[in-house]
Amino acid sequence: MTTPRPIRGDLVAAAVLLVVLALVSVLVGVGRLSGADGVELVLVSRLPRTAAALLTGAGLAIAGLIMQTLARNRFVDPMISGSGESAGLGILAMTILAPGASIALKTLAASGAAFVGTALFLVLARRLPPTEPYLVPLFAIVYGGVVGALTTAVAWEADLLQYLSIWTNGEFSAVMQGRYELLWVISALVAVAWWVADRLTILALGRDTAVGLGLNYTVMQQAGLAIVATIAGVSVATVGLIPFVGLVVPALAVRRYGEDVRAVLPIIAAGGAGLVLSCDIVARLLRFPYEVPVGTVLGVVGTAAFIAVLLARPRHA
Amino acid sequence: MAHSLAPHADQEPRTARRERIALAALGLAAVVAIALSLTVGLKGNLAFALELRTMRLAALLQVGVAIAVSTVIFQTVTGNRILTPSLMGMDALYLLIQSVLVFTLGAVGFAALPSGLLFLGQATALALLAAVLFVPILARRSDMVLLLLAGVVLGILFRSLTDLVARLIDPNAFAVVQSATFADFNTIDETLIVPCVVVTVIGATLAWRSRHLLDVMALGEADAVGLGVAWRRAALGLVLLVGILVAVSTALVGPVALLGLLVVALAERIVGTTRHAVLLPAAALTAVVLLVGGQTILAHVFGNTLTLGIVIEFAGGLLFLLLLLSSRLR
Repeated sequence: MTTPRPIRGDLVAAAVLLVVLALVSVLVGVGRLSGADGVELVLVSRLPRTAAALLTGAGLAIAGLIMQTLARNRFVDPMISGSGESAGLGILAMTILAPGASIALKTLAASGAAFVGTALFLVLARRLPPTEPYLVPLFAIVYGGVVGALTTAVAWEADLLQYLSIWTNGEFSAVMQGRYELLWVISALVAVAWWVADRLTILALGRDTAVGLGLNYTVMQQAGLAIVATIAGVSVATVGLIPFVGLVVPALAVRRYGEDVRAVLPIIAAGGAGLVLSCDIVARLLRFPYEVPVGTVLGVVGTAAFIAVLLARPRHA
Repeated sequence: MAHSLAPHADQEPRTARRERIALAALGLAAVVAIALSLTVGLKGNLAFALELRTMRLAALLQVGVAIAVSTVIFQTVTGNRILTPSLMGMDALYLLIQSVLVFTLGAVGFAALPSGLLFLGQATALALLAAVLFVPILARRSDMVLLLLAGVVLGILFRSLTDLVARLIDPNAFAVVQSATFADFNTIDETLIVPCVVVTVIGATLAWRSRHLLDVMALGEADAVGLGVAWRRAALGLVLLVGILVAVSTALVGPVALLGLLVVALAERIVGTTRHAVLLPAAALTAVVLLVGGQTILAHVFGNTLTLGIVIEFAGGLLFLLLLLSSRLR
């Protein structure tokens, strides 16, 4: 294990930065913030949007951390490794089979599909030779692509391609009061992750060691899978697919602060929240007064960071 | 030359016969697919329908040959049977060049340029960029999986950049770019067919003339240099050729990510050899059978409900996963 850096100072800095970003996020936009209308605008649109970005970012980063623990590989991200794509497939199936279902039911279907899709990925990924750390992410990306192609084919058949594009490109422009509240589930899931953090750290040591230390390996694995799948389901159903947050933030944080899940969990949550919120602010400013989907901005920022992580990493995985 | 390299001289006739039979069978299948694509369900104004179908057929043939040949060359130069130009993001790079052009020239300026000239410029830009980006990477091919992963992520980066540039231009221009980023075998830009076919014929001829060089390069850099090949120069020339072939196929139908992988893997199984004099035509014929036959089946059996692009992506992705799982990587 690498020697962890002192984390408390960085955590305080991250918290300050988050507050500043949230303020900027509330102030940025087309509408004016003066008078009574301004207050309403803030309450109905700006604050929900800011909260949604913070919650999604924190959730995706934590989901990435847990996914990386389960796959025992630092280069996987639920959103591009099949969880997000499976969640989309679940929503699509729900839309075709039960068009009138509520958003909560669709979210449930998305989470269920994400659970199955992620579990299948983990089973398959375990068969890859452990000597090749890059094989897992490569496999993951193509696996996600296959699930995505299947989803596209189904959507094409059902004439729902345009509908599909709503959640394949994550964005916050539709987030308003009444349209994002399910995302608060993520804060509960982050709390659960915090509660089981030490068991996740042990899980990362591998089956033999973990069982030797008295961990119920299978139950813990299912629990981790459930957290990842629910975060994927909730975020895809409400704001769409936002790639690379779950890969880049945990990979960088763990390299800097070490692998103790309880220690790195707060900074990872803050890092994910800050990354998504700042990308959303950039997305709103790039072509003001129009906006660009945050998923597109993160596609560029995230892949660039991914390549940097890949090429700059130390020789051990 | 490859003949003299064969380990057992007495086995030669049998393998040669097998290769000949396999090639002939592939050729026959291709002819059948072509004939069916021209005749099945023909009705109405015959002359018009035939002209339309011939145009589409020419485009499919051209794309199939370009993708098959470029993939075989790329795999030989990289010494890896799982790498394809599009996995390394080359077709995404082409689309990025295109969207940057639309962004800088505007939709009207873009449309005002003669399409043949524009296309040649884009193809040249792609070939040069590909050489600049990929030859240095290929020189350090110690960790193939890292290279592959970096290529895949690079491809996603190019696609995201294309999408971002597309969002920054005005909505009309956005539609121009958007239509180019989906593989589409039904609407094909007719003005591009002739220049694309010409470039593909030249490219395929060059590849065919390099078949013995490719056989030697398949032995790896050290052995090839030992046998008198100027490795870097040859690799550079071949990557340039790959870039141009990728440009012609992407220009006509858009990105078909895993078709090359699918085609070459199938062709290699069918002919049972990696000798380029056999593998090059076999891969091209397999591509023609898959594309022309697939398009005909999709159009007439499934009533055009599925697009070939999606089917290829799905089937190619599954094959890729199987290849990874069976660890045929090394």
